[in-house]
Amino acid sequence: MTDTQPGRQREAVSNPTRDPMRDGLAAGWKHIDASRLQADTMLEADVVIIGSGAGGGIAAELLSDAGLKVILVEEGPLMTTSDFRMRESEAYPQLYQESAARKTVDKAITILQGRCVGGSTTVNWTSSFRTPPTTLAYWQEALGLRQLSVESMAPWFAAMEDRLGVRPWPVEPNANNGLLAQGAEKVGVPTHVIPRNVRGCWNLGYCGMGCPIGAKQSMLVTSIPAALARGAVLISRLRADRLIFSPQQRIVGLKGLAMQADGVRPSRINVRIRARHFVLAGGAVGSPALLLRSKAPDPHGLLGQRTFLHPTLVSAGVFSQRVDGYAGAPQTIYSDHYLEQFAVDGPLGFKLETPPLHPVLYSTTLQGFGAQHADKMRDFPHAQVLIALVRDGFHPQSLGGRVRLRSDGSPALDYPLNEVFWEAARRALLAMAEIQFAAGAKRVTPVHEGTLGYSSWAEAKRGIADLPLKPLACRIVSAHVMGGCAMGATPERGVVDPRGRHFQIENLTVCDGSLFPTSIGANPQLSIYGLAARNISLLAAELQNRPALAIP
Amino acid sequence: MTAPVIDRRTFLKTGFAGTLLLACVGHVAAASDDEEASMLTAISAALLVGMLSGQPAARTEALSSTVAGVRQAVAGLPPHLQSEIADLFSLLRFSLTRRFLAGVSAPWAEAREEDVAAFLESWRHSRFSLLQTAYGALHDLVLGAWYARPEHWAAIGYPGTPEVF
Repeated sequence: MTDTQPGRQREAVSNPTRDPMRDGLAAGWKHIDASRLQADTMLEADVVIIGSGAGGGIAAELLSDAGLKVILVEEGPLMTTSDFRMRESEAYPQLYQESAARKTVDKAITILQGRCVGGSTTVNWTSSFRTPPTTLAYWQEALGLRQLSVESMAPWFAAMEDRLGVRPWPVEPNANNGLLAQGAEKVGVPTHVIPRNVRGCWNLGYCGMGCPIGAKQSMLVTSIPAALARGAVLISRLRADRLIFSPQQRIVGLKGLAMQADGVRPSRINVRIRARHFVLAGGAVGSPALLLRSKAPDPHGLLGQRTFLHPTLVSAGVFSQRVDGYAGAPQTIYSDHYLEQFAVDGPLGFKLETPPLHPVLYSTTLQGFGAQHADKMRDFPHAQVLIALVRDGFHPQSLGGRVRLRSDGSPALDYPLNEVFWEAARRALLAMAEIQFAAGAKRVTPVHEGTLGYSSWAEAKRGIADLPLKPLACRIVSAHVMGGCAMGATPERGVVDPRGRHFQIENLTVCDGSLFPTSIGANPQLSIYGLAARNISLLAAELQNRPALAIP
Repeated sequence: MTAPVIDRRTFLKTGFAGTLLLACVGHVAAASDDEEASMLTAISAALLVGMLSGQPAARTEALSSTVAGVRQAVAGLPPHLQSEIADLFSLLRFSLTRRFLAGVSAPWAEAREEDVAAFLESWRHSRFSLLQTAYGALHDLVLGAWYARPEHWAAIGYPGTPEVF
């Protein structure tokens, strides 16, 4: 099977079985699997960090580095490098929110989001972009977040890129990505190489199931081990249920519910953790939901509002040659051409990328069933897929979604798809089909229940123009959840200030993608790392009574 | 948006009503597991036309592992999704709602594949978003359970995961 893996080149690799978490735990690092607790437990720390993804991981490392006693709480399981076997049947139920079947309330958008130690960084596809200048400029000018300039953020991004091995992918892209570059060039659309957070990557292509060689520089192999090595305590399989407030609206503790080992329901064991300060990093669904459950102050009704998804369209092409979209680094080429066509708050733009192709992800995404579906599946090795990530949250009518609570306290995300979105969706389906035909596709099928695909660009152009674009008929996916605890220049405009500090709760810092007041317009992990590094550095100085850092 | 919207509350009420009706006619025990297995088998067979072997023993075996895979997947979902799926399965296995909502007149074990496919196709394109989402759930559960299994990879030319060590 190795002959089907294009560009399987090994960079210098140290120990292929390196698993810093497993080694560290064997050496005595502190980890509590809450599903194994037999009795209610009380713990105490300087800082409790809720969530172990991009924001929580960086916070854990920086705060432990500052000598603070840190407890890191994660609802998902601790799975480490040696556990990852590149199987969808294991990865989705174990490592993803809702078994990778999380959906918006109307079920029109499927959301991929991690739920495991390392959060989405454990399962993402490694794309690492700085927050685009256009986005920062909009935040500064339209939203008054004047501190967040390209210049002021640059050193934080640079530090995180250095920490996590981010650099443009130096290896030949796999065919799935190569065809994006080739097709785009033919239609005059520039593409670029994606920076990835990897060291010693083998170009396998299974990033979404947890990197089996520890090459992806996720929080699981970088910041979390660094924090544990400095004495931080990790508690996995503990659901953050409620923050407990004093009458003065300070948080005095976190009430956590131990999960059963299968991760589906809580056991009856409670864990209470007291601390001076709380860092909320449960992701843009989980963080607002915890604050809503805790009845946190929300005087301006902003909590859980303006949740953004980069709602994503999918287009599948079939080529006469093999593409082997499951082999090789999954995302290495992108185009921002269609993001830059209009003003940032004009008609919605979209970023073009490719997803990895795996049997479960591909078969469940593809429309239809029976013989037609089977025929399309038989083309699997010849399939090339493009995705268009729509930049939401800038246009006055792109208001995103809203996180609220179900009667059982679990979060639900309402995200209405309106005309402003569908107009962009149609342009995106057209742009992808044009590029795929230009790259030599025999057939292109927008993922939509109303079409079997088209055999030429001319046919696609007519067909897509007439496709009825509406929820459930047109497949929409998302891997980026942002907003809900947005930064604002003043309490009337945000849940937290530009340093992530909650406007009403003095000892709470929000430190994850829920901070973003719009979508990012790029895969968000590096935006989270950079902002977390900046905000937590400020927090660490304050908690240690050091002079405040002189940064904007 | 799609025309008249039946929201989840309505769905739940219908689900509860179906369950209640089931209790009244006293078939709860009899209709439970076997009928659900027949229902999932019939639906899987229709969704997997073109992939299923024509050889009866292999077909039966493949369908039963698919149904087991669907059940395993459901068991791993959060409680709110498990209860939605349970409502859907109750509606489908109860004969009145099977006829009325799915338009399948024969019991699942005897249902013709074309009839099951016609029901799935009608839900797929239904003007009721409730039925569209129910189709979506069946589509994802069954196809996911099928393609998760390594024995079904050769048929689509997927070489499987690489040998790492």
